[in-house]
Amino acid sequence: MEISMKVNGTEKKSHVEPRMLLVHYLRDELDLTGTHIGCDTSQCGACTVYVDGKSVKSCTTLAVQADGSEVTTVEGLGDMEKLHAIQRGFWEEHGLQCGYCTPGVMMAMAALLRENHDPSESEIREGMKGAICRCTGYQFIVKAVQHAARRLAEEKEEQRLVQSTGEGGVK
Amino acid sequence: MAKLHGARIKRQEDPRLITGNGNFTDDIKLPGMVHARVLRSPYAHAKILSIDVSEALEHPGVLAVYTGKDVNPEMQPVPTSWVVPGCNIKPKPRMPLAEEKVHYAGEGVAFVVAEDRYIAKDALEKIKVEYEELPAVTHQEEALKEGAPIVHEDVEGNLAFDWQPAELDDEVFEQAEVVVKQRFYEQRVVPNPMETRGAVAQYNSGGGEMTIWCTSQNPHIHRMVYSEVLGIPESKLRIVAPDVGGGFGAKIGVYTEEALAGYAAKNLKRPVKWIEERSEHFLATNHARDEVIEVELAGNKDGTLTALRVVNTANMGAYLSTMGAGVPTIDFGLMITGAYDIPKAAVRTFGVYTNTTPTDAYRGAGKPEATFQIERAIDLFAHKIGMDVLEIRKKNLVKKEAFPYTNAMGLNYDSGNYQLSLEKALEMANYEELREEQKRLAAEGRLMGIGFSTYVELCGLGPSKVAGAIGFQGGLWENSTVRVHPSGKVAVYTGASPHGQGVKTTFAQVVGEKFGIPIEDIEVYSGDTGSIAMGWGTYGSRTTAVGGGALAIAADRVVDKAKKIAAHELEASPDDIELKDGVFQVKGVPGRQRTFQQIAKSANMAWNLPEGMEPALEAQSFFDPENFVYPFGTHICVVEVDKDTGKVELTRYIAVDDVGRVINPTIVEGQVHGGLAQGIGQALWEGTVYSENGQLLSGTFMDYTMPQADFFPEFETACTETPSPVNPLGAKGVGETGTTASTPAVVNAVMDALKAYGIKDLEMPLTPEKVWSAMQNRRELV
Repeated sequence: MEISMKVNGTEKKSHVEPRMLLVHYLRDELDLTGTHIGCDTSQCGACTVYVDGKSVKSCTTLAVQADGSEVTTVEGLGDMEKLHAIQRGFWEEHGLQCGYCTPGVMMAMAALLRENHDPSESEIREGMKGAICRCTGYQFIVKAVQHAARRLAEEKEEQRLVQSTGEGGVK
Repeated sequence: MAKLHGARIKRQEDPRLITGNGNFTDDIKLPGMVHARVLRSPYAHAKILSIDVSEALEHPGVLAVYTGKDVNPEMQPVPTSWVVPGCNIKPKPRMPLAEEKVHYAGEGVAFVVAEDRYIAKDALEKIKVEYEELPAVTHQEEALKEGAPIVHEDVEGNLAFDWQPAELDDEVFEQAEVVVKQRFYEQRVVPNPMETRGAVAQYNSGGGEMTIWCTSQNPHIHRMVYSEVLGIPESKLRIVAPDVGGGFGAKIGVYTEEALAGYAAKNLKRPVKWIEERSEHFLATNHARDEVIEVELAGNKDGTLTALRVVNTANMGAYLSTMGAGVPTIDFGLMITGAYDIPKAAVRTFGVYTNTTPTDAYRGAGKPEATFQIERAIDLFAHKIGMDVLEIRKKNLVKKEAFPYTNAMGLNYDSGNYQLSLEKALEMANYEELREEQKRLAAEGRLMGIGFSTYVELCGLGPSKVAGAIGFQGGLWENSTVRVHPSGKVAVYTGASPHGQGVKTTFAQVVGEKFGIPIEDIEVYSGDTGSIAMGWGTYGSRTTAVGGGALAIAADRVVDKAKKIAAHELEASPDDIELKDGVFQVKGVPGRQRTFQQIAKSANMAWNLPEGMEPALEAQSFFDPENFVYPFGTHICVVEVDKDTGKVELTRYIAVDDVGRVINPTIVEGQVHGGLAQGIGQALWEGTVYSENGQLLSGTFMDYTMPQADFFPEFETACTETPSPVNPLGAKGVGETGTTASTPAVVNAVMDALKAYGIKDLEMPLTPEKVWSAMQNRRELV
């Protein structure tokens, strides 16, 4: 089947078998190997990506289901030139060890922060329900998300200041 | 320059991993690469009457279908790598594919190679295998009974080995004032790293060289073994462990699939990728624990412990896997007295074959089981004599003055201060207040429990002569090379092979500290037998203690040579040169100096070196430590058990660990947290379930409870620092402490909460259903 989707801002057109999973499409066809497969049953969350802004598990989504959508993977989250706050948080707070589950966990946690700008510890732990990390014991993931929340709040404040200065300032 | 040793430095590993630029085995893509899958036995025990692969071979896109008949004559079996002496051991090496009989559900029967992974999976369904199912046995005690199904025809009574290094007379126990006898069952668990196993094999049919990228904790061991299995000399076989997504022991093992990928790559002259699915991982990657441990602990009414006798009946699964036999014998048996000064001890271990997936090392390997039985037994002993569980520990812990201390099994504990970690944990917990709270809650009808674990474990494996004496088929030294490039940038090569432990950062800190240069100038390489002379890998918390030891020695050698060059250039004696903050300085003569970078250039240009000195600035060390290291500590767990549901809620967890000198406190904390999650996981949630005929019922994450974020409170952790005298860094190893200590702390806490019900012991995992049922059965006692 012919499918097309915008992946991390770039249009992609491909011919795929209807049974191809989105995760295999991203990894094998588009060489976006940041998204990982940790289980076959949607429990672990290592394969989490965004389809039209909504976080989905790409190991149980067919590539054809994402036809016509906008897909974001960890590669589209941020890079070293401009890390997303969640990536920064994971780095600052030792939120990863082997790093295998990390891309999916970061995608899920960035989505959580979109909905809840200031989650409590238990809200973060609750929000991690669809993800399994075998290395960290989760504690530093919680700290990483809190770090990211603070950073996002600061970024927002900076933007607000820039905007208000821009609007009111002398041109 | 700020001190690096002991600093909380962000990991150098992370930028790649957080941006999706990691390079895990399944990320590797080679021109012409094809995909492999394994057909696995649906039966736990069956004769293979026939295999018909013709239809699969005709399936479009299928390149090859191999069965045991094809590959077994051309390959060597995958061997057992720990042949424990003196126990009449009967290793059953694994053939690449089962040929006449399958011994466990999931054993490989055929290996399919196809153009893509979907076609390979299609082809599996087109292979017709005719089986004759045989009676299976999955439990070790059942397997030892007369008339039990026999797993291997030539192993009578399914007894793989009987290890009894010393005996203890019954009299000792008959004459003791108090004896506690208890049978514990350490249930079977699955290590479950988030990345399953996998391999990509590439063969050069011109030169005969092969490269296998695989999920390995010890690529040099894998090279040594797969070289034999595949008949390719070590000099032509390169094993690369790229980024590895967790190991926890499961990736130490030598398996058949990685070798089969190599075989197929050679046969087909195409790169072959094999990646395990999670459901396959449950079936085919080594499991762990599964030991019935019977303990007799003797002592006096005043709480003095006098003797310990332990019998472990261990389920080895269908084969003796790589480290399998060493885990319930050496790793377990020599640590049974734990952190206590118990003068007499004896152990016996039966290793038993069953129709289950082989068991092997898993985080802690033997030490968690040893710690579990003594920590549980000591609580039971205290209850029997009416003593506080804290007091009995205080009374029997090995005293600080006793180190180096030889335990009753003959192990020499390097250094320790067990009282210090205990005191610190009590202080953090505010113990007196906790007990008061427990009383207050009890008055309200609520069940709060407090559990201890004062532990010590054997880590930092270890002296090679000991490895030889205990039957380990390898050395246990470690190798590090420190190479200074002309620019002064440094490359470090280590034979340890980390998979998430942050070793790049830790090792860069060690070298940065020695040279006085920033860690950004240091790059650490691991996991590639093509660039690293030799090494024994990462497991048993050996990387910093042994590999870091080698690194410290190699770095010192570089400094020595660099000082000689600096002295030569500055016309001074090498003894008068000091290296501080990356500058070689003539003592007491300001201005007469050379930077580290200048000397790096001088050494590599070699225009003006001391007479007879070889060019370049590089040193290597093959460090073989004189002893193991023994991390220790005290963990205190607080739980509340819900009377109505049996649910155990962890309310606090305090961990004080002594891992010797700490190089990066943040990384140490991370290791402790992860270890705790796994140890607590075993206590409360994790467990493998087989049906009577050997079907694995807990074969996915839907059926096997992996701990999740909301299962835990915030861990309260701290370290005391008692340096080890057996390596240059004074490091002891941290990867296993959390797992080793936490399981009994949690179970002791739950038993403390259930004290009023007269419940002495429950088998793990302590699921709500199990706890609730136990409470219902004992209700009349309350």
